[in-house]
Amino acid sequence: MQIPTARLLLIGLGVVVLASFLPLWASGYVLGLLILAYYFGVFAMAWDLLFGFAGEVNFGPTFLIGVGAYTAGILDNLYQPPIWLCIAAGTAAAITGGLVLALPALRVRGPYFGLTTLVAVLMLQNFIVVDAHLTGGEIGLTVPDVISISDTTNYLIALWFMAISGAILFSLSRSPVGLILQASGQDAVQAGALGFNVTKHKIAAFIISAFFSGLAGSLMVFYLGSASVGTFIDVTVGVQIIISAVLGGRRTILGAVLGAIFLIAMSEALRPLGDLSNFIVFSMALVVVLLYPNGFFGLLTRTREDA
Amino acid sequence: MTTIERAHLEVSGLTKRYGGLVAVKEMSLSVAAGTILGLIGPNGSGKSTVMKLIMGIERPDGGSVRINGVEVCGWPSHRIARMGAGIVFQHSRPLHRQTVLENIKLALLPDKLTRLFADPQTDERARAIAARVGLTGVLDRRPGTLPFADLRKIEIAKAIARDPQVLLIDEPFAGLTAKETAAFSDLICELRDDGRAVLLVDHNVKSVSRLVDRIIAMYVGERIAEGSADEVMRNETVRRVYLGGTIETAARPESSFRDAATPFLEVDKVSVHYGKAQALEQVSIHVHEREFVAVVGLNGAGKTTLFNTISGLLPYAGDIRRQGATLRGQSAAAIARGGIVQCPEGRELFTDMTVRENLDLGGQHLPQDESDSQIEWLFELFPILRERQRQAAGTLSGGEQQMLTIARALMMKPKLLMLDEPTLGLAPVILEQISKALERLRQTTPITVLLAEQNVTFALPHADRVYVLEHARVVWEGDPAKFATEGGAGYL
Repeated sequence: MQIPTARLLLIGLGVVVLASFLPLWASGYVLGLLILAYYFGVFAMAWDLLFGFAGEVNFGPTFLIGVGAYTAGILDNLYQPPIWLCIAAGTAAAITGGLVLALPALRVRGPYFGLTTLVAVLMLQNFIVVDAHLTGGEIGLTVPDVISISDTTNYLIALWFMAISGAILFSLSRSPVGLILQASGQDAVQAGALGFNVTKHKIAAFIISAFFSGLAGSLMVFYLGSASVGTFIDVTVGVQIIISAVLGGRRTILGAVLGAIFLIAMSEALRPLGDLSNFIVFSMALVVVLLYPNGFFGLLTRTREDA
Repeated sequence: MTTIERAHLEVSGLTKRYGGLVAVKEMSLSVAAGTILGLIGPNGSGKSTVMKLIMGIERPDGGSVRINGVEVCGWPSHRIARMGAGIVFQHSRPLHRQTVLENIKLALLPDKLTRLFADPQTDERARAIAARVGLTGVLDRRPGTLPFADLRKIEIAKAIARDPQVLLIDEPFAGLTAKETAAFSDLICELRDDGRAVLLVDHNVKSVSRLVDRIIAMYVGERIAEGSADEVMRNETVRRVYLGGTIETAARPESSFRDAATPFLEVDKVSVHYGKAQALEQVSIHVHEREFVAVVGLNGAGKTTLFNTISGLLPYAGDIRRQGATLRGQSAAAIARGGIVQCPEGRELFTDMTVRENLDLGGQHLPQDESDSQIEWLFELFPILRERQRQAAGTLSGGEQQMLTIARALMMKPKLLMLDEPTLGLAPVILEQISKALERLRQTTPITVLLAEQNVTFALPHADRVYVLEHARVVWEGDPAKFATEGGAGYL
């Protein structure tokens, strides 16, 4: 049996409340890592909604994130409006990006759509490198403002942002709309024959995914105080997001957060190994994907079922 | 005219082309409220396409589809569904992570993005529908743990959840046991008695005759007969399509083959399952060297499964022997290299390559001169291919593609050639050309052929021996001359 939505949300709330007390004893270094992990968690959850539920293989999650982050960052850099305005603009830009991305998805299927998403990332990356006076190019964009310089504040913002995003996305995935999305993703013909407008639902999924990706990207810019291709857009970043979602458990939304925290914690723990660390982390991810295709979350819920 | 006025579903002049192939031509039918119409036809006749066109899954090239008087032709399927049409697909594709109850609830949801909580009545209604189709006991189970018949019931439950006035059902009884079929028939009758218009799509008259009020028979995209089940069964054209008219047979007696004691190929009590559905049940056949053996049966009988099993593509119980030595454990590639070559039903040509390149690819393992002379011989067998050498395979007509498929398989110089439905969807004139080529193969080469067909007219003249496959089992075996009197009964 599936664990009831309300109970899972309650468990989640408990964990988040406990995690809110972490700044009392954890070092700024650990908090910094966790902040990144939380934003990554939101990226991965937004990706899971699009792939796990709507069935659209988006190989370029960083396109939506990057459009959001850079829009917010450039706006702040040029005109210094209030930060919330930059964040709103970044989110809006990501939604526009999501709609643009949705157009090919409605025409081509499977691997071809995946390819268009990859190309979108490369185009964005190219644009940023070429248009250096606006974007900071390869060196990166320095953003004059940050939300806060306090680790604790930044940590709490990231934590609760992730918690609220997770609650919304998770509830959505278990709602009637989530069910229709899943049906559309798995068998569009049958969903149509049952009277569901598949196109409408898929576009909605793109918009929602873009909203959370863009919002998280914009927030992260104002935490880091900078934006660079290496942190927001590079294909490797996209792959890490996808691995987080798959490690945590596809089609579970919440699992994506577990995957993101695991991935960032492992890279950090293995940092002394230098370049070898990435190799080990990716190998571990490969093993998990091959042996436990349902991911951490699948593993957790299965043991509960057996018990 | 009263029946027309009460008709829930009216189709006229419906046409669908795929490239140059006319899949459905000027099809007309009407189903009145509270009646069942059977739409039958052999594989490739276009009956499933008609159903998809009505439902808006495929876009018609012309014609009219009216549901309760409203013209819906060309609409997307979700709007046609909302006009009151529902479809039961042949293959069940439920959501596997959700329970049976949730799968039924899905079908009850409104097409709205703003509905984040289901109506409180949804649960009650889903349970009522489940009770009606007989799923009450398994509501909280996942589809993956259920037997095949229950999966079919989920499909029916989903289709009737929106209370459709027009219900389309694709091959209602495929894969069901006799007892399950009876229960399913009762359910369909109940749905008819609710006042719905039901369209049953199936292969033959026999399977739906007890249910239907009327039957329309299709062949190669066109209607060939309409009437009661009896009338259609007596119809000359229908009999010719299914049984063949006067069939001339030229069988060589089994004792004339040298390897009478140990046949070239022996399939010994082979059983195959697809998940929960039994695809082959204790099937035993044998083929002697140089013999032409036909396996006839309707779509879904298990012909392709049998060929795929022999080719080493499927796990099976039982044994398959080539010249007395078991094939178990050999890879598909090894079996093909050993001379057992399959010519697949789907043709599977490399459509972007030219005819010549496709043939060269088939002769990859041969020395160049041998490959060239083999191609030369094939061009004599199929002269049209010589003309088409430089043309991309995808641009050939259906018949030419079929010839190329056979030719490519022959490039591998097979000892045993397995031909899977070479006549699928082909016009009679093309059949004749392929027929002639097969006869030449039989007369002039030492090749052994195993032919799977539902077109008996095509299969019997070439066959030395015939097996009839029905519902995963061999139900008749014998001389083609006796087929019409013995094996043919019950084939319609």
